[in-house]
Amino acid sequence: MIALSVVWLSSAGFAAEIDWPMEPMEPDLENLPSLQNGLRLFTNYCLGCHSLRFQRYERTADDLGIPHFVVMETVVFTGQKIGALMTTAMDPEKAKNWFGAPPPDLTLVTRARSPEWVYNYLKTFYIDDTRPFGVNNKVFANVGMPHALFELQGVQVDTCKPRVKGCYQLAVQEGSGLYSPEEYDQAVYDLVNFLYYVGEPARLERQRLGIFVLLFLVILGVFTYLLNREYWKDVH
Amino acid sequence: MPQAQGRIPRMLGGFMEWVDARFPATETFQYHASEYYAPKNHNFLYLMGWLATIVLVNQLLTGIWLTMSYIPSSDGAFASVEYIMRDVEYGWLLRYLHSTGASAFFIIVYLHMFRGLLYGSYRKPRELLWLIGMVIYLALMAEGFFGYLLPWGNMSYWGAQVIVSLVGAIPYAGPGLMEWLRGDFLMSGITLTRFFALHVVALPLVLVMLVFVHFVALHHVGSTAPDGVDIKKFKDQKGKPLDGVAFWPYTVTHDIHATVVFLFLFCAVVFFAPEMGGYFLEKPNFEMANPLKTPDHIAPVWYYTPFYAMLRAVTYPLFGVPAKFWGFVVMVAAIAIPAMLPWLDRSPVASMRSKGMLSKAMLAIFIVSFLILGYLGTVAPSAATTALAQVCTVLYFAYFLLMPWYTRVEKTKPVPDRVTVP
Ligand code: HEC
Repeated sequence: MIALSVVWLSSAGFAAEIDWPMEPMEPDLENLPSLQNGLRLFTNYCLGCHSLRFQRYERTADDLGIPHFVVMETVVFTGQKIGALMTTAMDPEKAKNWFGAPPPDLTLVTRARSPEWVYNYLKTFYIDDTRPFGVNNKVFANVGMPHALFELQGVQVDTCKPRVKGCYQLAVQEGSGLYSPEEYDQAVYDLVNFLYYVGEPARLERQRLGIFVLLFLVILGVFTYLLNREYWKDVH
Repeated sequence: MPQAQGRIPRMLGGFMEWVDARFPATETFQYHASEYYAPKNHNFLYLMGWLATIVLVNQLLTGIWLTMSYIPSSDGAFASVEYIMRDVEYGWLLRYLHSTGASAFFIIVYLHMFRGLLYGSYRKPRELLWLIGMVIYLALMAEGFFGYLLPWGNMSYWGAQVIVSLVGAIPYAGPGLMEWLRGDFLMSGITLTRFFALHVVALPLVLVMLVFVHFVALHHVGSTAPDGVDIKKFKDQKGKPLDGVAFWPYTVTHDIHATVVFLFLFCAVVFFAPEMGGYFLEKPNFEMANPLKTPDHIAPVWYYTPFYAMLRAVTYPLFGVPAKFWGFVVMVAAIAIPAMLPWLDRSPVASMRSKGMLSKAMLAIFIVSFLILGYLGTVAPSAATTALAQVCTVLYFAYFLLMPWYTRVEKTKPVPDRVTVP
C-alpha cells in the first residue's frame, strides 16, 4: 500500500529556480524537548559528515537545558572536551572524493538559506536510480548527499507521471521506515528547529533584552518629551 | 554674568576663570551653543544632522569593540565574526548595533541631503558647507564599501569583486590599476587586510575630521529655515535673532527627545529584525567567501543600489570602450553631480515653499526615480527593468542638468520676512 502525502502550494520559497511548493516551517525556540530531540538526531545522523564548527557543546547543553555529563555521554563521541566546537571527525578531503562536494558546515545554514528550505530539503528526498546514492531531492536537484534519514522515513517515491507540469506528489511506502509520516515530519521539524537555534544561539536572549530596552526607551521618552515641553514653553 | 552666590558657585566661577584664561571654554560654549541660534520652526528633517552624529559615535564605539575580537585574515575573518556572535559577551549586540548602524547612517544621511534639496541648504552662503557634506558622503560610501568586505561572507567577496572589477574596465590602465587596488591577482587576504586598515583607521579619521569641519562651517553661516527666511535679518537689542532659539538649551532638548525616538526605532531593528529581511544583512553573507561559488544574484547593500542600477543601465559600448566602463562613468557622475547644486540652482528663492510648480515636480520626479533605481538595483536585471532603469537614470540627471532652466523660468512666491510657526 502507498500512503499518499500530497503537498500543496504555499508561498514560502527560497530561490526562484526551486520548482516545489515549499511547506512553511515556524521554528519555536521555547520548545526545549524539540530542540533536545533535534540535537540527538543531528548527532546521530548528521554530525558524521557535517560540522557545526562555530557552535560549542557546552553552550548547546546550557541553552537546551541538558546537564553537561549527559551531553558528554550521549553527544560527544569524538573524545572532545565539553568546551570544544562541534566539528565532525570526517576528513574533508576524503569527503570531497566520496560525495563530489564536501559536506558544508551547517552552523549557519538556516540563515544562509532559511528554516523552510532545510525543512523541505529533508522531506523531499526521493528514489532516483540515476543518482549515485539512489536518491534525488526536490529542492536541491542532483544533490551530492545521500538520504541520511532514510531509515527513519523509508522509501519515498515521486508519484507524478514523467514530465507532467504542475504535479507535486511524493509518497512513502508504508512500513518501509521506522517512523510514520507524522513522526517523520516531527523529527525533521525538531532537527531544523535545532539548526535554527544553532544559527543564532543568542536569538531568544536578544528578543528578551529587546523588550526591556524598548520599554526603557518609552519611559525615557516620556521624560525627554516633558523636558522638551518645559523648555519650549516660553518660545513663541 | 550675575554675581555667583554661595561657596560652591563661587568656586566653580573661580575655576572657570582659571580655565578661560588658558583655554577659550566659555567663549566656545557661547559661540557654539548658548549664543548660537537656529530658526525656531525647524522641523523633523532638521534633526538628521544631530542623529547622524549620534550614529557616527555608535559606529566608532561598537567598531572599536568589534576590532578587539575581529581577525582580519581570509582564514580567520568569517569565524571571528561568528566568535563575536557566540562567545564574546554581548558580542551579538555589538555586531548588530554596528551593522544596523551602517544602514541607519545612510537612511539619515539621505534624509539630511533631501532636506538640503527641499530648503536650498546648498545655496549661498552655504556652498562650502554643502561641498564638505558631499565629501563626507563620499567618505561614508567608501567606509561602508570597505567595511562590507570584512565579514568575509560570500556576498562581501563578490560585491567587492564586482566593484573593483569596474576599475578594470578603464582603457589601458584598468587591469594594472585593479591589481594595484586589490594588491593581488584576485580578491584575497591581502585585499582584506588593506580594506581593514582603511575601514578602521584611515576613513574614520577622515570622517571625524570632515564632520568637525562641517560643524565649523555650519556654525559660521547658521542653519536655513524651512521657509527660506534668513533669521539674522531681524534681531532684538541684544543681537539675538527674533526668530531664533539658542542651541543650548532649546535645540538640545529637542534633539535629546529626537534621539530617544530614534533609538526606539533603531533598537526595534537591532533586537527584533537585525537582518531586516535580507536588506541590512544579506543571506549569502552567512556563507563564507568562496572564490569558486558566485552567488545566484550579486547585489550590493541597499544604500548603493540606486547607483548600481545606473551602472547596469548603461548597455552601449562607445568609442570602442566597453559599456561597463561607461556605466562606471555614469555611476561616478551620478554620485558627484549633487556637488554642482549651488551653481545649478538659479532661483531667486531658496525654499521649496516659495519655488514654483516646475521645481516641485522635478524634485518629486527625482525622488521617485531614485527610489525606483534603488529597488531595481536589488533585483536581477531583465530587459524591462533595464529599460526602466535607463528612463530613471535620465530623469535623475535631468533634475540636475535642467535646473538652471526651470528654476529661472518658473514663477516663485515671495519669501516671508519672518518664519511661520505651525
Ligand atoms: C554521508 C554524509 C552526509 C550525511 C550523513 C549528511 N549529509 Fe548533508 N550533505 C552531505 C553532502 C556531501 C552535501 C553537499 C551536497 C552538494 O553540495 O551537492 C550535503 C548537503 C547538505 C545540505 C545543503 C547545504 C547547502 O546549503 O548547500 C544540508 C541542509 C544538509 N546536508 C543537511 C544534512 C542534515 C540535516 C543531515 C542529518 C540528517 C545530513 N545533512 C547528513 C553529506 C551528508
